[in-house]
Amino acid sequence: MAGIAVSTTINGDHVEYLCQPDEPLLDVLRDRLGLTGAKEGCGTGDCGACSIILDDRLVCSCLVLGAEAEGRRIETIEGMAHGDQLHPLQQKFLEHAALQCGICTPGFLIAAKDLLAKNPDPTEEEIRFGLAGNLCRCTGYDKIVRAVQDAVHVMKGA
Amino acid sequence: MRYIRPLSIEDAVGQLAGSAGISAILAGGSDLLVRMKGGFIEPDLIIDIKSIAGLSEIRETADGFSIGAAVPCAVLGEQAALKKAWPGVVEAAKLIGSKQVQGRCTIVGNLCNASPAADSVPALVAAGARAVIAGPAGKRTVAVEAVPIAPGKTSLAKGEIIEAILLDSQAPRSGDAYLRFIPRTEMDIAVVSAGVNLTIDAHGVVTAARVALGAAAPTVLLVEEAAEALIGRKLDEAALERLAKVCAGACRPIDDKRGTIDFRRKVAGVLARRAALTAYARAGGK
Repeated sequence: MAGIAVSTTINGDHVEYLCQPDEPLLDVLRDRLGLTGAKEGCGTGDCGACSIILDDRLVCSCLVLGAEAEGRRIETIEGMAHGDQLHPLQQKFLEHAALQCGICTPGFLIAAKDLLAKNPDPTEEEIRFGLAGNLCRCTGYDKIVRAVQDAVHVMKGA
Repeated sequence: MRYIRPLSIEDAVGQLAGSAGISAILAGGSDLLVRMKGGFIEPDLIIDIKSIAGLSEIRETADGFSIGAAVPCAVLGEQAALKKAWPGVVEAAKLIGSKQVQGRCTIVGNLCNASPAADSVPALVAAGARAVIAGPAGKRTVAVEAVPIAPGKTSLAKGEIIEAILLDSQAPRSGDAYLRFIPRTEMDIAVVSAGVNLTIDAHGVVTAARVALGAAAPTVLLVEEAAEALIGRKLDEAALERLAKVCAGACRPIDDKRGTIDFRRKVAGVLARRAALTAYARAGGK
Protein backbone atom coordinates (compact mmCIF):
# COMPACT_ATOMS: atom_id res chain seq x y z
CA MET A 1 0.00 0.00 0.00
CA ALA A 2 1.47 3.30 -1.09
CA GLY A 3 -0.08 5.53 1.56
CA ILE A 4 -1.01 9.18 1.77
CA ALA A 5 1.59 11.74 0.73
CA VAL A 6 1.94 14.47 3.36
CA SER A 7 3.91 17.69 3.13
CA THR A 8 4.41 19.52 6.40
CA THR A 9 6.81 21.61 8.49
CA ILE A 10 8.59 20.12 11.51
CA ASN A 11 10.79 22.31 13.69
CA GLY A 12 11.10 24.77 10.80
CA ASP A 13 12.12 22.16 8.23
CA HIS A 14 10.02 21.16 5.25
CA VAL A 15 9.27 17.44 5.56
CA GLU A 16 7.48 15.00 3.27
CA TYR A 17 6.36 11.48 4.15
CA LEU A 18 3.95 8.73 3.24
CA CYS A 19 1.61 7.34 5.90
CA GLN A 20 -1.38 5.05 6.27
CA PRO A 21 -4.86 6.59 6.84
CA ASP A 22 -5.12 5.28 10.41
CA GLU A 23 -1.51 5.97 11.39
CA PRO A 24 -1.12 8.33 14.36
CA LEU A 25 1.24 11.27 13.89
CA LEU A 26 3.20 9.92 16.88
CA ASP A 27 4.04 6.75 14.92
CA VAL A 28 5.00 8.82 11.87
CA LEU A 29 7.36 10.96 13.96
CA ARG A 30 8.97 8.00 15.71
CA ASP A 31 8.96 5.20 13.16
CA ARG A 32 9.14 6.99 9.83
CA LEU A 33 11.04 10.18 10.63
CA GLY A 34 13.31 8.98 13.45
CA LEU A 35 12.08 11.72 15.80
CA THR A 36 11.87 9.53 18.90
CA GLY A 37 11.69 12.30 21.48
CA ALA A 38 7.90 12.12 21.74
CA LYS A 39 7.04 8.96 23.68
CA GLU A 40 4.05 6.64 23.64
CA GLY A 41 2.88 6.29 27.22
CA CYS A 42 -0.77 5.41 26.80
CA GLY A 43 -1.64 6.03 23.15
CA THR A 44 -5.05 7.37 24.17
CA GLY A 45 -4.41 11.00 25.11
CA ASP A 46 -4.24 10.47 28.86
CA CYS A 47 -0.54 10.81 29.72
CA GLY A 48 0.87 13.65 27.57
CA ALA A 49 4.21 11.90 26.90
CA CYS A 50 3.67 12.37 23.14
CA SER A 51 2.92 16.12 23.43
CA ILE A 52 3.82 18.29 20.44
CA ILE A 53 2.80 21.77 19.34
CA LEU A 54 0.63 21.78 16.22
CA ASP A 55 -0.02 25.24 14.75
CA ASP A 56 0.62 26.83 18.16
CA ARG A 57 -1.68 24.39 20.01
CA LEU A 58 -0.43 21.82 22.49
CA VAL A 59 -1.77 18.41 21.44
CA CYS A 60 -1.13 14.72 22.00
CA SER A 61 0.43 13.40 18.80
CA CYS A 62 -1.17 10.00 19.49
CA LEU A 63 -4.57 11.67 18.97
CA VAL A 64 -3.65 13.24 15.61
CA LEU A 65 -3.46 11.29 12.37
CA GLY A 66 -0.29 11.61 10.34
CA ALA A 67 -2.47 12.55 7.37
CA GLU A 68 -3.84 15.56 9.26
CA ALA A 69 -0.42 17.24 9.36
CA GLU A 70 -0.64 18.29 5.71
CA GLY A 71 0.26 21.97 5.46
CA ARG A 72 0.54 22.38 9.23
CA ARG A 73 3.40 23.46 11.46
CA ILE A 74 4.74 21.00 14.03
CA GLU A 75 7.13 21.64 16.92
CA THR A 76 8.67 18.66 18.72
CA ILE A 77 11.19 18.27 21.53
CA GLU A 78 13.93 17.84 18.91
CA GLY A 79 13.54 21.52 17.98
CA MET A 80 13.78 22.85 21.53
CA ALA A 81 17.54 23.24 21.97
CA HIS A 82 19.61 25.40 19.62
CA GLY A 83 22.55 23.19 18.70
CA ASP A 84 24.38 22.49 21.94
CA GLN A 85 22.58 25.25 23.77
CA LEU A 86 19.73 23.91 25.84
CA HIS A 87 16.44 25.79 26.19
CA PRO A 88 16.23 27.34 29.71
CA LEU A 89 13.49 24.82 30.58
CA GLN A 90 15.76 21.92 29.62
CA GLN A 91 18.65 23.41 31.60
CA LYS A 92 16.49 23.90 34.69
CA PHE A 93 15.03 20.38 34.47
CA LEU A 94 18.63 19.12 34.66
CA GLU A 95 19.62 21.44 37.51
CA HIS A 96 16.53 20.61 39.58
CA ALA A 97 16.68 16.88 38.78
CA ALA A 98 13.12 17.22 37.54
CA LEU A 99 13.23 13.77 35.97
CA GLN A 100 14.05 10.24 36.92
CA CYS A 101 13.22 7.67 34.24
CA GLY A 102 12.73 10.45 31.67
CA ILE A 103 9.87 8.98 29.64
CA CYS A 104 7.53 11.85 30.48
CA THR A 105 10.19 14.57 30.22
CA PRO A 106 9.90 15.53 26.52
CA GLY A 107 6.13 15.91 26.96
CA PHE A 108 6.57 18.03 30.09
CA LEU A 109 9.13 20.25 28.36
CA ILE A 110 6.89 20.82 25.34
CA ALA A 111 3.85 21.47 27.55
CA ALA A 112 5.89 23.89 29.69
CA LYS A 113 7.19 25.65 26.58
CA ASP A 114 3.63 26.06 25.30
CA LEU A 115 2.48 27.30 28.71
CA LEU A 116 5.22 29.96 28.92
CA ALA A 117 4.63 31.07 25.32
CA LYS A 118 1.03 31.92 26.28
CA ASN A 119 1.64 32.96 29.88
CA PRO A 120 5.27 34.08 30.47
CA ASP A 121 4.78 34.64 34.21
CA PRO A 122 2.48 31.91 35.54
CA THR A 123 1.63 31.37 39.19
CA GLU A 124 2.40 27.99 40.74
CA GLU A 125 -1.28 27.10 40.39
CA GLU A 126 -1.24 28.05 36.70
CA ILE A 127 1.87 25.90 36.17
CA ARG A 128 0.21 22.94 37.89
CA PHE A 129 -2.96 23.41 35.82
CA GLY A 130 -0.95 23.93 32.64
CA LEU A 131 0.95 20.67 33.15
CA ALA A 132 -2.02 18.64 34.40
CA GLY A 133 -2.25 16.80 31.08
CA ASN A 134 1.19 15.28 31.62
CA LEU A 135 1.65 12.35 33.96
CA CYS A 136 4.89 11.54 35.81
CA ARG A 137 5.15 8.44 37.99
CA CYS A 138 8.62 9.22 39.36
CA THR A 139 9.10 12.75 40.57
CA GLY A 140 5.92 13.58 42.45
CA TYR A 141 5.76 16.69 40.25
CA ASP A 142 7.25 19.09 42.78
CA LYS A 143 10.70 19.24 41.17
CA ILE A 144 9.09 19.75 37.78
CA VAL A 145 7.11 22.72 39.07
CA ARG A 146 10.23 24.19 40.74
CA ALA A 147 12.22 23.77 37.52
CA VAL A 148 9.57 25.59 35.50
CA GLN A 149 9.41 28.38 38.09
CA ASP A 150 13.18 28.77 37.93
CA ALA A 151 13.10 28.79 34.11
CA VAL A 152 10.46 31.54 34.24
CA HIS A 153 12.84 33.52 36.43
CA VAL A 154 15.73 33.07 33.98
CA MET A 155 13.62 33.78 30.90
CA LYS A 156 12.19 36.98 32.41
CA GLY A 157 15.73 38.21 33.06
CA ALA A 158 16.82 37.41 29.52
CA MET B 1 -9.49 2.44 4.94
CA ARG B 2 -9.58 5.82 3.22
CA TYR B 3 -8.88 9.28 4.68
CA ILE B 4 -10.34 12.30 2.87
CA ARG B 5 -10.31 16.01 3.58
CA PRO B 6 -13.17 17.65 1.67
CA LEU B 7 -13.20 21.42 1.17
CA SER B 8 -16.97 21.92 1.19
CA ILE B 9 -19.79 20.63 3.39
CA GLU B 10 -21.66 19.51 0.24
CA ASP B 11 -18.71 17.34 -0.77
CA ALA B 12 -18.43 15.93 2.76
CA VAL B 13 -22.15 15.11 2.85
CA GLY B 14 -21.97 13.54 -0.63
CA GLN B 15 -19.01 11.35 0.35
CA LEU B 16 -20.67 10.34 3.62
CA ALA B 17 -24.02 9.59 1.97
CA GLY B 18 -22.38 7.62 -0.83
CA SER B 19 -20.10 5.54 1.36
CA ALA B 20 -20.57 1.85 1.95
CA GLY B 21 -19.37 0.38 5.22
CA ILE B 22 -18.41 2.31 8.34
CA SER B 23 -17.72 6.03 8.03
CA ALA B 24 -16.45 8.37 10.70
CA ILE B 25 -16.31 12.15 10.88
CA LEU B 26 -12.98 13.46 12.19
CA ALA B 27 -12.78 16.88 13.82
CA GLY B 28 -10.65 16.79 16.99
CA GLY B 29 -10.30 13.01 17.03
CA SER B 30 -10.17 12.83 20.84
CA ASP B 31 -12.97 10.24 20.84
CA LEU B 32 -12.51 8.71 17.37
CA LEU B 33 -8.79 7.95 17.58
CA VAL B 34 -9.20 6.45 21.06
CA ARG B 35 -11.99 4.21 19.78
CA MET B 36 -9.89 3.20 16.77
CA LYS B 37 -6.90 2.45 18.99
CA GLY B 38 -9.07 0.34 21.29
CA GLY B 39 -10.47 -1.63 18.38
CA PHE B 40 -14.03 -0.43 19.00
CA ILE B 41 -14.37 1.00 15.50
CA GLU B 42 -12.54 0.34 12.26
CA PRO B 43 -13.81 2.89 9.77
CA ASP B 44 -13.68 2.27 6.03
CA LEU B 45 -13.80 6.02 5.49
CA ILE B 46 -12.54 8.88 7.68
CA ILE B 47 -13.85 12.30 6.67
CA ASP B 48 -11.71 15.08 8.15
CA ILE B 49 -13.93 18.18 8.24
CA LYS B 50 -11.29 20.69 9.37
CA SER B 51 -10.56 22.04 5.89
CA ILE B 52 -14.20 22.89 5.17
CA ALA B 53 -14.57 26.66 4.90
CA GLY B 54 -16.10 28.25 7.99
CA LEU B 55 -16.17 25.14 10.17
CA SER B 56 -13.17 26.28 12.20
CA GLU B 57 -14.69 29.67 13.05
CA ILE B 58 -16.87 31.19 15.74
CA ARG B 59 -19.05 33.80 14.02
CA GLU B 60 -21.02 36.52 15.77
CA THR B 61 -24.30 36.76 13.89
CA ALA B 62 -27.30 39.09 14.17
CA ASP B 63 -28.94 36.50 16.46
CA GLY B 64 -25.96 35.42 18.52
CA PHE B 65 -23.12 32.99 17.88
CA SER B 66 -22.44 30.25 15.37
CA ILE B 67 -19.73 27.85 16.55
CA GLY B 68 -18.29 25.72 13.73
CA ALA B 69 -18.07 21.97 14.20
CA ALA B 70 -14.26 21.98 13.98
CA VAL B 71 -13.62 24.72 16.58
CA PRO B 72 -11.53 23.26 19.43
CA CYS B 73 -12.86 23.86 22.94
CA ALA B 74 -9.68 25.81 23.80
CA VAL B 75 -10.79 28.46 21.30
CA LEU B 76 -14.17 28.88 23.04
CA GLY B 77 -12.31 29.99 26.15
CA GLU B 78 -10.36 32.57 24.15
CA GLN B 79 -13.45 34.30 22.72
CA ALA B 80 -14.24 37.19 25.06
CA ALA B 81 -17.72 37.90 23.65
CA LEU B 82 -18.80 34.25 23.87
CA LYS B 83 -17.43 33.93 27.41
CA LYS B 84 -19.28 37.04 28.47
CA ALA B 85 -22.60 35.97 26.93
CA TRP B 86 -22.49 32.25 27.81
CA PRO B 87 -20.03 31.68 30.67
CA GLY B 88 -21.71 28.39 31.65
CA VAL B 89 -21.36 26.92 28.16
CA VAL B 90 -17.71 27.94 27.98
CA GLU B 91 -16.98 26.58 31.47
CA ALA B 92 -18.54 23.26 30.53
CA ALA B 93 -16.55 23.02 27.28
CA LYS B 94 -13.35 23.88 29.15
CA LEU B 95 -13.89 20.97 31.57
CA ILE B 96 -13.37 18.40 28.81
CA GLY B 97 -9.97 16.73 29.14
CA SER B 98 -6.49 18.14 29.55
CA LYS B 99 -4.91 21.12 27.83
CA GLN B 100 -3.72 18.74 25.10
CA VAL B 101 -7.27 17.45 24.58
CA GLN B 102 -8.69 21.00 24.73
CA GLY B 103 -6.58 21.90 21.72
CA ARG B 104 -8.43 19.29 19.67
CA CYS B 105 -11.83 18.39 21.17
CA THR B 106 -15.01 20.07 19.93
CA ILE B 107 -18.50 20.62 21.36
CA VAL B 108 -20.05 19.01 18.28
CA GLY B 109 -17.86 15.95 18.81
CA ASN B 110 -18.88 15.92 22.46
CA LEU B 111 -22.53 16.01 21.34
CA CYS B 112 -22.20 13.37 18.60
CA ASN B 113 -20.20 10.99 20.81
CA ALA B 114 -23.55 10.84 22.65
CA SER B 115 -22.15 10.00 26.06
CA PRO B 116 -24.72 10.70 28.80
CA ALA B 117 -21.84 12.26 30.77
CA ALA B 118 -20.75 14.73 28.06
CA ASP B 119 -19.89 17.96 29.88
CA SER B 120 -20.77 20.54 27.25
CA VAL B 121 -24.17 19.05 26.40
CA PRO B 122 -26.24 19.92 29.51
CA ALA B 123 -24.87 23.48 29.34
CA LEU B 124 -25.82 23.73 25.66
CA VAL B 125 -29.30 22.33 26.35
CA ALA B 126 -29.82 24.77 29.21
CA ALA B 127 -28.71 27.57 26.88
CA GLY B 128 -31.29 26.53 24.28
CA ALA B 129 -28.57 25.83 21.71
CA ARG B 130 -29.46 24.40 18.31
CA ALA B 131 -27.49 22.22 15.92
CA VAL B 132 -27.29 23.02 12.20
CA ILE B 133 -27.31 19.73 10.31
CA ALA B 134 -26.22 19.45 6.69
CA GLY B 135 -27.48 16.39 4.83
CA PRO B 136 -28.33 15.02 1.39
CA ALA B 137 -31.74 16.78 1.51
CA GLY B 138 -30.28 20.15 2.55
CA LYS B 139 -29.95 21.80 5.92
CA ARG B 140 -32.09 21.57 9.02
CA THR B 141 -31.79 22.97 12.51
CA VAL B 142 -32.73 21.01 15.62
CA ALA B 143 -32.55 21.55 19.37
CA VAL B 144 -29.33 20.11 20.80
CA GLU B 145 -31.34 17.77 23.08
CA ALA B 146 -32.81 16.10 19.98
CA VAL B 147 -29.39 14.85 18.82
CA PRO B 148 -28.44 12.13 21.36
CA ILE B 149 -31.04 9.34 21.50
CA ALA B 150 -29.15 6.68 23.49
CA PRO B 151 -25.62 6.20 24.80
CA GLY B 152 -23.40 6.34 21.70
CA LYS B 153 -26.33 6.90 19.33
CA THR B 154 -27.62 10.06 17.64
CA SER B 155 -30.67 10.97 15.61
CA LEU B 156 -28.50 11.90 12.61
CA ALA B 157 -29.53 10.10 9.41
CA LYS B 158 -27.05 8.62 6.94
CA GLY B 159 -25.12 11.37 5.21
CA GLU B 160 -25.87 14.00 7.85
CA ILE B 161 -23.16 16.10 9.50
CA ILE B 162 -23.58 18.74 12.21
CA GLU B 163 -21.79 21.79 10.84
CA ALA B 164 -22.38 24.30 13.64
CA ILE B 165 -23.96 25.00 17.01
CA LEU B 166 -26.09 28.14 17.28
CA LEU B 167 -26.39 30.09 20.51
CA ASP B 168 -28.74 33.06 20.66
CA SER B 169 -27.60 36.36 22.10
CA GLN B 170 -28.20 36.13 25.82
CA ALA B 171 -31.34 38.07 26.87
CA PRO B 172 -30.84 41.02 29.23
CA ARG B 173 -30.65 40.07 32.95
CA SER B 174 -29.79 36.46 32.14
CA GLY B 175 -27.09 34.07 33.26
CA ASP B 176 -26.04 30.47 32.80
CA ALA B 177 -23.89 28.05 34.78
CA TYR B 178 -22.74 24.44 34.66
CA LEU B 179 -21.47 22.23 37.48
CA ARG B 180 -20.46 18.60 37.61
CA PHE B 181 -19.45 16.18 40.34
CA ILE B 182 -16.26 14.15 39.90
CA PRO B 183 -14.39 12.24 42.61
CA ARG B 184 -11.15 14.13 41.95
CA THR B 185 -10.45 17.80 41.34
CA GLU B 186 -9.82 17.84 37.58
CA MET B 187 -9.92 15.81 34.39
CA ASP B 188 -12.52 13.16 35.05
CA ILE B 189 -15.88 12.15 33.64
CA ALA B 190 -19.00 13.57 35.29
CA VAL B 191 -20.70 11.30 37.80
CA VAL B 192 -23.64 13.66 37.54
CA SER B 193 -23.95 17.27 36.32
CA ALA B 194 -26.35 20.20 35.97
CA GLY B 195 -26.69 23.19 33.66
CA VAL B 196 -28.99 26.11 34.42
CA ASN B 197 -29.87 29.15 32.33
CA LEU B 198 -32.28 31.76 33.63
CA THR B 199 -33.63 35.27 33.06
CA ILE B 200 -34.91 37.60 35.78
CA ASP B 201 -36.94 40.81 35.77
CA ALA B 202 -35.96 44.09 37.40
CA HIS B 203 -37.22 42.80 40.77
CA GLY B 204 -35.17 39.61 40.66
CA VAL B 205 -38.13 37.38 39.79
CA VAL B 206 -37.25 34.55 37.41
CA THR B 207 -39.14 34.96 34.14
CA ALA B 208 -37.57 32.15 32.09
CA ALA B 209 -35.44 29.14 32.98
CA ARG B 210 -34.00 25.97 31.50
CA VAL B 211 -32.51 23.22 33.65
CA ALA B 212 -30.61 20.27 32.18
CA LEU B 213 -29.01 17.27 33.90
CA GLY B 214 -26.10 15.18 32.63
CA ALA B 215 -25.11 11.58 33.49
CA ALA B 216 -28.52 11.26 35.12
CA ALA B 217 -30.22 9.18 32.39
CA PRO B 218 -29.30 7.48 29.08
CA THR B 219 -29.36 10.91 27.42
CA VAL B 220 -29.18 14.49 28.66
CA LEU B 221 -32.37 15.48 30.51
CA LEU B 222 -34.15 18.79 29.99
CA VAL B 223 -36.21 19.04 33.17
CA GLU B 224 -39.17 21.30 32.44
CA GLU B 225 -40.70 20.85 35.85
CA ALA B 226 -37.45 22.13 37.37
CA ALA B 227 -37.73 25.29 35.29
CA GLU B 228 -41.34 25.68 36.46
CA ALA B 229 -40.12 25.49 40.06
CA LEU B 230 -38.10 28.66 39.45
CA ILE B 231 -40.30 30.72 37.12
CA GLY B 232 -42.39 33.42 38.79
CA ARG B 233 -40.32 33.37 41.97
CA LYS B 234 -37.18 34.88 43.36
CA LEU B 235 -34.50 32.33 44.06
CA ASP B 236 -35.64 31.88 47.65
CA GLU B 237 -35.06 28.81 49.81
CA ALA B 238 -38.45 27.32 48.93
CA ALA B 239 -37.79 27.62 45.19
CA LEU B 240 -34.33 26.08 45.55
CA GLU B 241 -35.68 23.22 47.67
CA ARG B 242 -38.33 22.52 45.07
CA LEU B 243 -35.72 22.68 42.26
CA ALA B 244 -33.47 20.17 44.03
CA LYS B 245 -36.39 17.83 44.76
CA VAL B 246 -37.68 17.91 41.19
CA CYS B 247 -34.20 17.31 39.75
CA ALA B 248 -33.56 14.38 42.10
CA GLY B 249 -36.89 12.90 41.05
CA ALA B 250 -36.28 13.40 37.33
CA CYS B 251 -33.04 11.35 37.31
CA ARG B 252 -32.99 7.83 35.90
CA PRO B 253 -29.33 7.15 36.65
CA ILE B 254 -27.24 4.02 36.50
CA ASP B 255 -25.82 2.39 39.62
CA ASP B 256 -22.08 1.80 39.32
CA LYS B 257 -18.82 2.08 41.21
CA ARG B 258 -18.61 5.79 40.47
CA GLY B 259 -21.94 6.57 42.06
CA THR B 260 -25.04 4.82 43.33
CA ILE B 261 -28.52 5.74 42.12
CA ASP B 262 -29.31 7.44 45.44
CA PHE B 263 -26.05 9.38 45.37
CA ARG B 264 -26.57 10.58 41.82
CA ARG B 265 -30.13 11.67 42.57
CA LYS B 266 -29.10 13.62 45.63
CA VAL B 267 -26.10 15.26 43.96
CA ALA B 268 -28.16 16.18 40.87
CA GLY B 269 -30.37 18.25 43.16
CA VAL B 270 -27.42 19.83 44.96
CA LEU B 271 -25.68 20.76 41.69
CA ALA B 272 -28.86 22.16 40.12
CA ARG B 273 -29.36 24.31 43.19
CA ARG B 274 -25.77 25.61 43.15
CA ALA B 275 -25.78 26.17 39.39
CA ALA B 276 -29.06 28.09 39.72
CA LEU B 277 -27.51 30.35 42.37
CA THR B 278 -24.50 31.07 40.13
CA ALA B 279 -26.72 31.68 37.09
CA TYR B 280 -28.93 33.98 39.19
CA ALA B 281 -25.92 36.01 40.36
CA ARG B 282 -24.67 36.25 36.77
CA ALA B 283 -28.09 37.55 35.73
CA GLY B 284 -27.62 40.32 38.28
CA GLY B 285 -29.94 38.84 40.90
CA LYS B 286 -29.20 39.45 44.57
